[in-house]
Amino acid sequence: MSLDTDTVRRIANLARIKIEEEKMAPLADELNQIIGWIEQLSEVDTDGVAPMTSVTKIDMPSREDVISDGGCEDKVLANAPSGEPPYFAVPKVVE
Amino acid sequence: MPPVASRLILLFRKWSNKMTKPNELTIADARDALTKGDLSAVELTTSCIQAMDGAQDLNAFITETPELSLERAAQSDARIAKKESRGALEGIPIAVKDLYCTEGVLTTAASHILDGFVPPYESTVTENLRNAGSVMTGKTNLDEFAMGSANVTSHYGPVKNPWKLDDGKDRVPGGSSGGSAAAVAAHLSLGAIGTDTGGSIRQPASFCGIVGMKPTYGRCSRWGTVAFASSLDQAGPMTKTVRDAAIMLQGMAGHDVKDSTSVPMVVPDFEAAITGDVRGLKVGIPKEYVIDGALEEISEIWKKGAEMLRDAGAEIIDITLPHTKYALPAYYIIAPAEASSNLSRYDGVRYGLRVEGDSLDEMYANTRGEGFGDEVKRRILIGAYVLSAGYYDAYYVKAQQVRSRIAEDFNTAFQDVDVILTPTAPSTAFAIGEKMDDPIVMYMNDVFTVPASMAGLPCISVPGGLGDDGLPLGLHLISKPFDEQTLFRAADVLERQANFTAQPKGWEINR
Amino acid sequence: MSYIIKGHKHDWEIVIGLEIHAQVISNSKLFSGSATAFGSDPNTQVSLIDAAMPGMLPVINKHCIAQAVKTGLGLNAKINMYSVFERKNYFYADLPQGYQITQFLHPIVVEGLLTIDMEDGSTREIGIERLHMEQDAGKSIHDKDPRRTFIDLNRAGVCLMEIVSHPAMHSPEEAGAYVRKVRSIVRYLETCDGNMEEGSMRADVNVSVRPVGDTKLWTRTETKNVNSVRFMMQAIEFEAQRQVEVWEAGGEVKQQTRLFDPDSGETRSMRSKEEAHDYRYFPCPDLLPIELTQSYVDDIKATMPELPDAKKHRLMSDNGLSAYDADVLVAEREVADYFEIVAKGRDAKVAANWVISNLFGALKGAEKGILESPVSAENLGNLLDLLADDTISGRIAKDVFEIMFSTGQDPAAIVEEKGLKQITDTGAIEAAVDQAIAENPEQADEVRAGNGKAIGWFVGQVMQKTQGKANPQAVNKLLRDKLGG
Repeated sequence: MSLDTDTVRRIANLARIKIEEEKMAPLADELNQIIGWIEQLSEVDTDGVAPMTSVTKIDMPSREDVISDGGCEDKVLANAPSGEPPYFAVPKVVE
Repeated sequence: MPPVASRLILLFRKWSNKMTKPNELTIADARDALTKGDLSAVELTTSCIQAMDGAQDLNAFITETPELSLERAAQSDARIAKKESRGALEGIPIAVKDLYCTEGVLTTAASHILDGFVPPYESTVTENLRNAGSVMTGKTNLDEFAMGSANVTSHYGPVKNPWKLDDGKDRVPGGSSGGSAAAVAAHLSLGAIGTDTGGSIRQPASFCGIVGMKPTYGRCSRWGTVAFASSLDQAGPMTKTVRDAAIMLQGMAGHDVKDSTSVPMVVPDFEAAITGDVRGLKVGIPKEYVIDGALEEISEIWKKGAEMLRDAGAEIIDITLPHTKYALPAYYIIAPAEASSNLSRYDGVRYGLRVEGDSLDEMYANTRGEGFGDEVKRRILIGAYVLSAGYYDAYYVKAQQVRSRIAEDFNTAFQDVDVILTPTAPSTAFAIGEKMDDPIVMYMNDVFTVPASMAGLPCISVPGGLGDDGLPLGLHLISKPFDEQTLFRAADVLERQANFTAQPKGWEINR
Repeated sequence: MSYIIKGHKHDWEIVIGLEIHAQVISNSKLFSGSATAFGSDPNTQVSLIDAAMPGMLPVINKHCIAQAVKTGLGLNAKINMYSVFERKNYFYADLPQGYQITQFLHPIVVEGLLTIDMEDGSTREIGIERLHMEQDAGKSIHDKDPRRTFIDLNRAGVCLMEIVSHPAMHSPEEAGAYVRKVRSIVRYLETCDGNMEEGSMRADVNVSVRPVGDTKLWTRTETKNVNSVRFMMQAIEFEAQRQVEVWEAGGEVKQQTRLFDPDSGETRSMRSKEEAHDYRYFPCPDLLPIELTQSYVDDIKATMPELPDAKKHRLMSDNGLSAYDADVLVAEREVADYFEIVAKGRDAKVAANWVISNLFGALKGAEKGILESPVSAENLGNLLDLLADDTISGRIAKDVFEIMFSTGQDPAAIVEEKGLKQITDTGAIEAAVDQAIAENPEQADEVRAGNGKAIGWFVGQVMQKTQGKANPQAVNKLLRDKLGG
């Protein structure tokens, strides 16, 4: 499998990362190199092997249903680069 | 800072006739000196601040916090005076990798995208260290978002390894915890915390001639630490000695209800596990850790390490970890996949950098395009690609299956051995600028450290000796899950046997 | 029953699938301890976790798991003992993490079956594909600034259950009945308050059309933002008609997300959702799988109340109610609870009649819900007792009920105070009857001549003379005896 510049453009859009057009081709080459190297995994026989998502072998811990957080809008908003307290603000979204 | 300066004069009078400056002490020795009253925490911290001032050229810190550390040191002294010491780390200066969120102190992950971010909260690990009495000296430099093996991807510039050669070239400290490693090696702090995803504590420890330890996944809380790859990230100590690593881990570890992957286990007394006795300990030597392209001296030091342990009474056993060579490529699917998702929150809305745009999507793309460096972008794109429709099974699921295989390999091996000995890195520290053209060459730095990360196992790098170039080389021990005690016991013996006393030289020239 | 759109070329049928988002009733959010209450000041119910600050981690609320399991059981579904949270990756202003934690490949509930009740008393069974748990997003506010959209994260991270039906409904009415039934069940279970106006229950409607007789599914659209059953039915009608027109004009219906505009009753394409998505789901590495045991599920099962279907059948078989009456009474748990108190130990049909006709009528007139009824269930029961033991007549009972409704008083007290006790003394009634006959000889002759209807007129006269307190049966009998009607 190989990534062409269209694929890189699509992935960059999915990841919301602006990439200058002239950097697309070299980037595609680089990514192809990495993906090509990764593909050696196909040599491994993994028939019937369960995918390992976590090394943790405990039961998932859970919390009681109590209100123990929130009410800290000052902290939540403190670092907002562009806001209109008590809100965060983004460029106009048209639905 | 005149008050500090005047204190320093006093300090140097006091220590002028002694061999070791306070900042050059180990944590264990400093602890004893503090307990006995031979040394105050303020003196110790001041000594570190002075060393930091003299080591600006290393670029080990992104943010130094001298006022804060002196304030906390004074608090330590007050507690010690009142016999209310919080324990082994009371008054000990510790440098903190700038991946840990620290309340009221700029936290950057070495990324432009976190410009100006001052967390209103403290990570669990740094909070634990504070509660244990330690004094934060500053936030150390790292590869951006911990993605790198040479500390060259930082938005705040590369860190220089305090070990220098006569060729005048600056060496990398390794990465991603390069600033922490350099800080400890150059005695800018007594210890440092790093984070390790695929080798980010151990590989720089090897490059800088210090001890770097990654505990079992789940031993230390990840809460409040900027996430790179959540299923792999672990906090760990970087210290001058194995004993110091044990002391530090004691202060860092513990169950945290805020982290669902934190394991509810009692933290044993790690320092007490250091008995100096490895008689009968079974040490596995995996044959797959011989790789093309590694230096001859790597094999030699590895052999020597095995001999040292045998001399101390351990039993050396050849083992096999058949899927070793697939750990690195599998890691380069899993870690970027998780990272691509973890880094989605850096979107210019709630904190950090924002580059405006005409639409929401344009603002996102501008912010992230400008805010992330090349390596981070590369990994986000790889991660998004391997998770995308049509490729998920071929890449992501396959990598998870290979991860199962790797974990099974270790399980099988640990039926016969107690610890596994390998080299830490395939080379000594290389010059800044080398290995930059080809990402895969750079990735190969972690070839020996990644397999244990994939299996979540505790592991440690201990200085084993010097390479032919005169730069340090580490030896790497891996133990069973949650058996850090055996790991520390073996590492301590290895350390004693290796008797690594070399110190970085040459960097003082630049002071 | 079948809903067919007549086109020029074909007769078309609609295929409808529904995704209902039901907000779980819980004090705190799915993965954080912030509150879930509706209508609080902006960003006051937001933790550092909800705002996706660096290094923040989710910890699951165990009550939300129990609520999902309970709902699954209420939908006659299979509970998966192993389920997994995954990340659904996409960027949106009200999604702080850049991903939604949801369940994808391994949902907690699958394969449910819902019986829906149609207006004509018939029922249909609709298959439910799955129920999964997920985080809600925050709220975008578009009308506060001309150039910017403001974000309130109070809702971000609240637990939702997404209930996905099979594409098995074929008319707006069926879809309406389905939503009403799901709403009824979650309200019985107290797992969701079902409040569509406040958005705690929302439906995304998947609609496609196909020529009658065709069995494959044609391209569907998904319509969002329908916040009432009526709007949903309107949206389906509009969307189906639109699709038929597109196909018949030789065009092609595009798979897209559309927005319902309640003002125009139309749907339109959502600009922000036009781009093709690739959500890159993968298991959330910050969480572990949910692993349940059968005994855990059994324990939840043991706490479940009787659900509307079971209640309906019981009311029909044990109490002899009609399907229609039973449906009306069980749809809302509060109504059912009210009715059961009224009916307890009494004639259920009479009780049903009083609740449905008299009480509902009065409540509707006063724009009140059952919980605000001035007449308590106990008092209505007491009224029925007075009626049953002939203390008052049916007519008086209606008057007493009106007084009860306006004053909230006990019926016995009203009857006592106003002297409304029925006259059962035959002598007193006979006197009134004789008086009425004597005063109206012509009408009396008509009755005697065989005009049965006129007897009713006499009953009225007698009742008037007794201020309505005479026992109507006794009056009737005496009149017939005396006039031979």
